[in-house]
Amino acid sequence: MIQFEHVNKSYGKTPILKNLNFTIPDGEFVILIGPSGCGKTTTLKTINRLIQPDSGTISIDGKNILDADKIELRRHIGYVIQQIGLFPNMTVAQNICVVPKLLKYDKARCDKLVNEMLKMVGMEQYADKYPSEMSGGQQQRIGVLRALAASPPIVLMDEPFGALDPMTRDALQDEIKKLQQQLNKTIVFVTHDMNEALKLADRIIFMDNGKTVQIASPEEMLENPANDLVKSFLGKHVAGSHVSTKVEDFMRTSVYCARLSRGVRECAEMMARNSVDSVIVIDEQNKYAGTVSIGDMQHWGKELKNIEPLVRNTARTVRVGEEAKESFDYLLETGADYVVVLDSNDTVAGIITKTSVARSVAQDLWGDEE
Amino acid sequence: MSELLQTYGTQLFRAIGIHTVYVAVSVFCGFILGVLMGIALSRIPKWSFIILPVVSIFQTIPGLVFIGILFLITGMTPATVVIALTVYAIFPVMKNTYTGILGVERSYVDAAQGCGMTSRQCLRHVELPLALPSIIAGLRMSAVYTVSWAVLAAMIGLGGLGDFIYQGTSSNNNTLILLGAIPAAILAIVIGALIDLLQKKVTPRGLRRAVER
Repeated sequence: MIQFEHVNKSYGKTPILKNLNFTIPDGEFVILIGPSGCGKTTTLKTINRLIQPDSGTISIDGKNILDADKIELRRHIGYVIQQIGLFPNMTVAQNICVVPKLLKYDKARCDKLVNEMLKMVGMEQYADKYPSEMSGGQQQRIGVLRALAASPPIVLMDEPFGALDPMTRDALQDEIKKLQQQLNKTIVFVTHDMNEALKLADRIIFMDNGKTVQIASPEEMLENPANDLVKSFLGKHVAGSHVSTKVEDFMRTSVYCARLSRGVRECAEMMARNSVDSVIVIDEQNKYAGTVSIGDMQHWGKELKNIEPLVRNTARTVRVGEEAKESFDYLLETGADYVVVLDSNDTVAGIITKTSVARSVAQDLWGDEE
Repeated sequence: MSELLQTYGTQLFRAIGIHTVYVAVSVFCGFILGVLMGIALSRIPKWSFIILPVVSIFQTIPGLVFIGILFLITGMTPATVVIALTVYAIFPVMKNTYTGILGVERSYVDAAQGCGMTSRQCLRHVELPLALPSIIAGLRMSAVYTVSWAVLAAMIGLGGLGDFIYQGTSSNNNTLILLGAIPAAILAIVIGALIDLLQKKVTPRGLRRAVER
């Protein structure tokens, strides 16, 4: 258990941490998040005494960390940094054994440890490689192993996956969550990425300006963000926030339209080429006139010169600026193929299809791809 | 040529020997002192902006003047030459050690501290190994310079290849000058090459790769 009581820190006259009070129970995955400069990294570094608070106490399992030897303390707290920080002059095996060697484990124990550790991430063949011979993702896996090697009960991670590409980051997030649950570690993890926080955290500590704004589980935070800043960080994850809800956010704009004067045959060919069974019709002023369907054309088309008599005005239309939800409901309930979106001057702005609905659902569930 | 060797042969080999000993001893001492001073300086980077320029002033004192003054104090012993050369050998090593250590990326030092290394362990396991290429480059520089500075030993009558050069210049004998100058140049090249070899040997594989890229 890590406990912060009235912790303050300032650099010169600038306060960095203001009266921090919170407790991190054993075995919990806690995320420190907030805008840059909010003091999250400073908070993290006070735990292994890389930074000394001006006042207040931090205790681990009830013991004030100031009473412990600084060096000894750090050897029993894992530490992973964003720049990875694997020592380039050491092999993977030597890097993993840095802390065990400092703790005077004998060689046999170190070798065994390296083996076990590498097996955990399926990288046994990398023991004798140097960091420069591996990809960023592989390096950070080893960075995490180095932190875990001496089986510290607490691991501190300072934006460990920030510099990795999205795919690798995702994979490592899964791995670290699994490891944490498997090994029952207390992890304190700094990030500015809310997706990462929501994915990993048992509990999120939201900081701003050196103060804690909200301490809550991801679910609680989503349901009840403490203020607008938290809300904006949660962004698209929160219901009813500023994110896309209007029809224009979801409509397809590259829509093929036919003029009223179009010949039936041409029109049918065009539809065949584009594999559609109905098409939007516009008049000479580019205003929306209605739609024609392939069925009607087949039925009555032979005697007609152009498509004008076949145009129906049955398709649902909405105006730009309306909520997309109604259109989605309409599409799903009626089984209609599309809803036509009109600009204020009656020209066609786009259409909403079931694909748009699917995209919106996907965004809701997984967020925008950034 | 053979005539030349007959006349000067033994004298030449003796001179090369003495010259090499001067260089070896003073570069060795200078290297040790330079590394130690560089490390010390890297622990107090705030002061180095005063200390480094002051030390570099010593560097600008002409060798002739320095040996001359030292001669007044320590007399005509090989120690005079070795002390003077050592002082000159220190600076490149010290400066490269210092910049090498400070050039080690902050994240490695952070990681080392976070792992619970004492500052001495960090120095030994992280900072020095990473600064090694720079330190060796300093050694190379000081060794090559020392070969040419050692010529000054002859000025106070202490032998080495300088003997030939002084004799040559004073008696207007070009052959003698070349007899001193050419072996000195070759010596510098050979020592430089030896240190390059050493450089390759001592650079950890992980770093070598990084450098090659």
